[in-house]
Amino acid sequence: MKLLDALLMSFQAILGNKLRSVLTLVGIVAGVASIIAVMTAISVMQVTMEQEMSVLGAQVFQLQKWPAGGFSTPEERRAAMTWPPFTLEHANAIREQVETVDLVGAEIWDFGYAVEYAGESTNENISICGGTPEYPPNNTHYVGLGRNLSPMDIKSARKVAIIGFAIGQRLFPFVDPIGKTIRMDGYKYQVIGVFDEKKSAFGGNFDNYVLIPVTTYLKSYGMIDPRGFSRSVNITVRAKRPELIRDAQAETRQVVRRMRGVKPNEPDNFDVYSSESMIQEFNAMTQGVKAAAFVIGIIALVVAGIGIMNIMLVSVTERTKEIGIRKSLGAKPRNILSQFLLEAVILCNIGGVIGIAVGFGLGNVMTLFTEFENNVPLEWAAIGILFCSAVGIGFGMLPAIRASRLHPIDALRFE
Amino acid sequence: MAVIPEIKETTLSLNAIDKTYDMGVEQVHALRGVSLDICRNEYIAIMGASGSGKSTLMNIIGCLDSPSAGAYYLEGENVAAMSENQLSEIRNRQIGFVFQTFNLIARASIFHNVELPMIYGGIPRGERRRYAEEAITRVGLNDRIKHKPNELSGGQRQRVAIARALVFNPSIILADEPTGNLDSRTGGEIMGILDELHAAGQTIILVTHEEEIAQHASRVIRLKDGEVESDLRVDDTDACIAPSESLHLVGGATS
Ligand SMILES: Nc1ncnc2c1ncn2[C@@H]1O[C@H](COP(=O)(O)OP(=O)(O)O)[C@@H](O)[C@H]1O
Ligand SMILES: [Mg+2]
Repeated sequence: MKLLDALLMSFQAILGNKLRSVLTLVGIVAGVASIIAVMTAISVMQVTMEQEMSVLGAQVFQLQKWPAGGFSTPEERRAAMTWPPFTLEHANAIREQVETVDLVGAEIWDFGYAVEYAGESTNENISICGGTPEYPPNNTHYVGLGRNLSPMDIKSARKVAIIGFAIGQRLFPFVDPIGKTIRMDGYKYQVIGVFDEKKSAFGGNFDNYVLIPVTTYLKSYGMIDPRGFSRSVNITVRAKRPELIRDAQAETRQVVRRMRGVKPNEPDNFDVYSSESMIQEFNAMTQGVKAAAFVIGIIALVVAGIGIMNIMLVSVTERTKEIGIRKSLGAKPRNILSQFLLEAVILCNIGGVIGIAVGFGLGNVMTLFTEFENNVPLEWAAIGILFCSAVGIGFGMLPAIRASRLHPIDALRFE
Repeated sequence: MAVIPEIKETTLSLNAIDKTYDMGVEQVHALRGVSLDICRNEYIAIMGASGSGKSTLMNIIGCLDSPSAGAYYLEGENVAAMSENQLSEIRNRQIGFVFQTFNLIARASIFHNVELPMIYGGIPRGERRRYAEEAITRVGLNDRIKHKPNELSGGQRQRVAIARALVFNPSIILADEPTGNLDSRTGGEIMGILDELHAAGQTIILVTHEEEIAQHASRVIRLKDGEVESDLRVDDTDACIAPSESLHLVGGATS
């Protein structure tokens, strides 16, 4: 008997008993949909997360005093408190001494200010960034209107500002902001540019900050922060080419270790991170959630599989007479076996395909209300189909064997 | 070349067949020491009271069931020695069953029902279509080929069953009370078809308890309590010449 003939027979049986088929499908659809929905949701978050964490371009890494990933023990925190701050001298040294880098920027952040213009004011949720002309390329956030910071702005510590897109919309709905004077924390700045819009799914405030020259910032706010610590800048470094990023990191570390007096056998007293390293940390975090969803999905599928086995067993009993007829016509045990097995596998896969579609839909529901981009992880569709086939074979086997072993006469006499 | 007398070789041979059903407390002896030789193109009616073992005998001849004792040779081969797969092939190629209750697959079309033995026989699609259409035409149902069994009358259903039984050109057609569920006129039509098949060279064994039906056959075997009560030839044209070993080998080429 050819596979095609066996397939046609199984389809006939499935269509011939729609209610049973639908009941069988429900379990599989639920199991597959739940696992695919969770995986899709994670994947949606992950893709968006990776995009957002790629604020540092692929060629860029950052040096900072405080570890980006936080501390895992209080000892680490106490040790880090004693580390010296980063200053503009470090940035200059890297720029001069490391061959493999081209852009070296410095930035320093503070949060919770209001920006005012012509009697209008934003909420007190604006961040200030003291930065350098390298800020836009190193953070892949570009100036859409007006101009970037210039070396002269830095050198002379000019009171100029590039404002975020949302600030522009809020304070300058009808007039060109360029050349206007805004007021922030008691200081006046002349607007020289407006950033491109950069929405964030995670509620980041990429449209709600003001970039001013780092020198202007330090002149206004001083080298010591309100808690008595020396202010430390973050240094962003761009390798000349993406494949040089590891060399660039290694050379930069050597230069910085030397400047900060780290002995050869001591660990770094600063943190180096890149987008890649952040994404790795996020992935490590989601592994647990994924594993849990996977286990739950498997349990759901096993439950569905047991349901399928039950329904197939009932179906074998219901169709005992048919099996007898087929045997009287010369069906071999393996023909009967493959017919029932195929039926289970096809049923499972119909359920699987529906479940995958439903799962993709559910997993993407949140993209309707948020800035997350929708995403269809096709590898999970493939895994889903594989698992459905396995469930079909695994749980269809016992009923199929039972059907194939029926004695022809006993089966024929069954009413 | 010398004229060789026409030899009818034995198609099947039963030797002291017993069939006992073990019902726990008692044993039912459905067949006791049944011996029969049946030749190619014989037309046999098996008669007997209800419970006399007719169906049991048919099932054993059709390789659906196995005897408790005795030997059964079909086309010279020992059926007892066959595997389940070989038995399936025998049922597929050598035997055509026609049952009292038709035993069609309800949700499949007439065409698919008739095609089914050939699917299990591994016949390619195109040939299957041709043979199935031929068989369906032969029983006069070519205008119902796409219908389902429940859209047909009892007589028409039995014709489908006959088409299905003869589609693979079997050695024997076994018909267990084929007219039992039909009125006498429809039953007569079915017998007409069987007569035609016999005239075309088909070996037929049929179970009935109606004398009128049995008269279509050329040999009548009566069973009583699982034993052969009588075995009468109505006319001698189909009579066997008991084959010797060597003649049997000549005939063996057809199996
Ligand atoms: N599967 C079975 N189990 C037990 N007894 C059976 C079975 N099949 C037939 N019999 C018994 O064997 C005897 C012969 O049955 P059967 O061959 O069907 O008779 P007939 O076809 O002549 O009416 C009956 O007594 C019947 O009850
Ligand atoms: Mg009977």
